[in-house]
Amino acid sequence: MRELKLMKGNEAIAEAAIRCGVDGYFGYPITPQSEIMETLMAEAPWNTTGMVVLQAESEIASINMVYGGAGCGKRVMTSSSSPGISLMQEGLTYLAGSELPCVVVNVVRGGPGLGTIQPAQSDYFQTVKGGGHGDYKLITLAPASVQEMADFVEVAFDLAFKYRNPAMILSDGVIGQMMEKVELGEQKPRWTMEYIEKNHPWATTGKKKGKERRVITSVQLESSAQEEFNHKLQAKYRQIEKDEVLYEKIMCDDAEYLFVAYGSSARICQKAIELARNKGIKAGMLRPITLYPFPIQQLQELAKQVKGMLSVEMSAGQMVEDVRLAVNGKIPVEHYGRFGGSVHSPSEVVEALEQKLIGG
Amino acid sequence: MADSNTIIAPENLVYKKTDLLLDNVMHYCPGCSHGTVHKLIAEVIDEMGLQESTIGIAPVGCSVLAYNYIDIDWQEAAHGRAPALATAVKRLMPDKVVFSYQGDGDLAAIGTAETIHACNRGENIVMVFINNGIYGMTGGQMAPTTLPGMPASTCPTGRDVVRDGNPLKITELLAQLPGTCFVTRHSVHTPGNVRKTKKALRKAFENQLANKGTSLVEVVSTCSSGWKMTPVQANKWMEENMLPYYPLGDIKDE
Repeated sequence: MRELKLMKGNEAIAEAAIRCGVDGYFGYPITPQSEIMETLMAEAPWNTTGMVVLQAESEIASINMVYGGAGCGKRVMTSSSSPGISLMQEGLTYLAGSELPCVVVNVVRGGPGLGTIQPAQSDYFQTVKGGGHGDYKLITLAPASVQEMADFVEVAFDLAFKYRNPAMILSDGVIGQMMEKVELGEQKPRWTMEYIEKNHPWATTGKKKGKERRVITSVQLESSAQEEFNHKLQAKYRQIEKDEVLYEKIMCDDAEYLFVAYGSSARICQKAIELARNKGIKAGMLRPITLYPFPIQQLQELAKQVKGMLSVEMSAGQMVEDVRLAVNGKIPVEHYGRFGGSVHSPSEVVEALEQKLIGG
Repeated sequence: MADSNTIIAPENLVYKKTDLLLDNVMHYCPGCSHGTVHKLIAEVIDEMGLQESTIGIAPVGCSVLAYNYIDIDWQEAAHGRAPALATAVKRLMPDKVVFSYQGDGDLAAIGTAETIHACNRGENIVMVFINNGIYGMTGGQMAPTTLPGMPASTCPTGRDVVRDGNPLKITELLAQLPGTCFVTRHSVHTPGNVRKTKKALRKAFENQLANKGTSLVEVVSTCSSGWKMTPVQANKWMEENMLPYYPLGDIKDE
């Protein structure tokens, strides 16, 4: 039964995970996302759906438990916040190199280092440019509401299994902690072993007589084999870039200036559009929902229409580089954002638009 | 003297290589203990009829390619993380049989946290621990279990315990944890020891079927290449130097 609830973004992730039939969650506490594991432990889904929930000894152990579970074709996930996600980078590149599907949630806080427990969006580079070693990509979804926190769990698992690649839900401390109305989906059953063996023949579920053994690995000792494998990965990424871009356009039809923002910054920009339009500035927004793949084509189209773009993000300027690459010098692209745990206000965003792009 | 056809007649067969041990040419050096331990694991899985239900977790180190030799499903872990993988595989598929195969650098240095916590949770898995006191694959560097005074490429004048710390008796440490049910140390340098090691491995797998918790089988091993010795010298050196520090036998059996 679908259900309407008031809950935190973090709690919504946990509820959605149980309801969409996730097999396992492995995590380590860190602020501001500890409610994810706390909610799971309180719900005790091992008694209902059979989902395994385990507090690991570290984020390193968590992501490697995810690797083990993913290798069995199970739908497994972990969550953390920035410093913990840094610890998981080794595991993420191994998951990508072994072509294993999983979901990782990052409720971003300000850095660098131990930083602050307040919200930030400064892990964009780490998420979409690699983070770990080697040529790999993470499918990245950026929720901008508690509803999307819930909805993207299943979306992320579907994409992860479609492409056999890890998927990241890149959230932030605002979305993780704020409470909103959320509609939760119906309880779905977990995959049976028969389903996994039929649909994911690569999974290590025990070698049947007369069948080839399955090996989950990322090691290619011969450089020619590694190169060939990397070509295969790149082909997969080109397919993802072609087919899986998600975005939302707000007030773009008559827009002369464009905010580009994701997550909580996109929520702030919705108000900024209103304030700007009250002042007679025709502002609109492109909200990338997938940060990888990035809505390059949509930005190129909009560059033909608007006079300038402002990349609004709670960082010192990270996504702005991808906006500039997409626009390729056709129009001015500037960055605005508070960072280190501070959150910009809608009026600060409008002021930045006026100063950096409109002039005067 | 019987002709060769008589000797190879099926009725005269007294021993055969288990089908689980694949015919791929092993990359291990002459005198290396890995090949023998691989064979024992393959035999135990075969004899217990567990081929279709066993998942092996390979480490980083010389045995990174263990999956080329034993005909079961495998996952290859990042360095030191095999116990974390094994934890998830076993918890998500409790009716499967799961073992990790790890060297000393993997289990007792970079993966110490994963090792201790998997044992402390009493994960119902088997851990096979190859202790040859050296990093073989990377070319003979000091291991957490390198003996005092024993030379390695990163301690060319020998392990200095003041500088490098003492060799870690992680097996004794793990035996202290309530989660472990069977902690034992063996070697494969004589036929008698090979037989004892196989018996211990079988017991470890039986413990898992009986849901008894973590079983750890350490095999004190030789690395002729890393130790820069002939296989015969290495066996003798191991007996005279490694075994007094790492005495053989059961440390815990509950």
